[in-house]
Amino acid sequence: MTLWWIGNALLLLVIVPVVVILLRGVLAAAKDTTRAVDRLQPVAAAASKDLDAVELLGTTQEQVGQTVAVVADYGGSLDTILEDA
Amino acid sequence: MEPAAVVTLIAVVLVILALVFYLVSVILELRKITAGLDAVIGSVGEILQKTEPVNAVVDHINKDLSAGTDLLEGLLDKKAGQDDAAGLVESVYPGAGASVLARQGRSGEVKNIDVVYTPGAVQLARLGRDSPLGVGAMSGAALRDARSSSAAARAIYTNPSGPVVDEPGGPAYRPTSPTIGAQTEPEAAGN
Repeated sequence: MTLWWIGNALLLLVIVPVVVILLRGVLAAAKDTTRAVDRLQPVAAAASKDLDAVELLGTTQEQVGQTVAVVADYGGSLDTILEDA
Repeated sequence: MEPAAVVTLIAVVLVILALVFYLVSVILELRKITAGLDAVIGSVGEILQKTEPVNAVVDHINKDLSAGTDLLEGLLDKKAGQDDAAGLVESVYPGAGASVLARQGRSGEVKNIDVVYTPGAVQLARLGRDSPLGVGAMSGAALRDARSSSAAARAIYTNPSGPVVDEPGGPAYRPTSPTIGAQTEPEAAGN
């Protein structure tokens, strides 16, 4: 009988608090994760919106190609006009 | 029922209640997380879709620009020589001359070109006075004004007193300053 009471005491004073502490830790971590995900949503949406200008890279590529072609033409003319060193 | 059994029962019920409360709370939080991630994954998908062509486009742009750079540096090497080419680039973009040397497969100190690049000045002077384009303008269809298009270059890089008229339509004669004083010749003084 004495052992049973000791067991009860251990259960109430040690096991129950430890279980509650561990479960509260898990719940706190889950709530932190929820808050992080909530903060992540507008950031991801803004990042996606910021990348709308990426479509213009096609135009940039085209313009760079044309510019280099013009530079090549000028280089050819300079090659003809100027004397070598 | 014995008191010890009742206490045990109460303790077990407490443990079970704590487990139920916290585990249900965790489940609810996990559901919120899942919903939030579902919303985020849409934006992440958009980001992936929008950035997909970036590498290829940037590679293409870099290739074009590298070709342009190689072309201009090659031309500079050919026209100015390797030493002067690096120095000229250094004079325009301080610190970039070493990169030109590195691309030429060389090392060492970049030549100091200074403000006036003499070979370039000579080229300009030649373009203004002796180039086929300058001569051609006088005989055929006008490619450029042979008399005045190079006036600035000639004024800077050639004899400022100017060449005398040695051919029809050539550079204008520029008289010297009049002599003033006791040694002045009579006809000059009369003018």
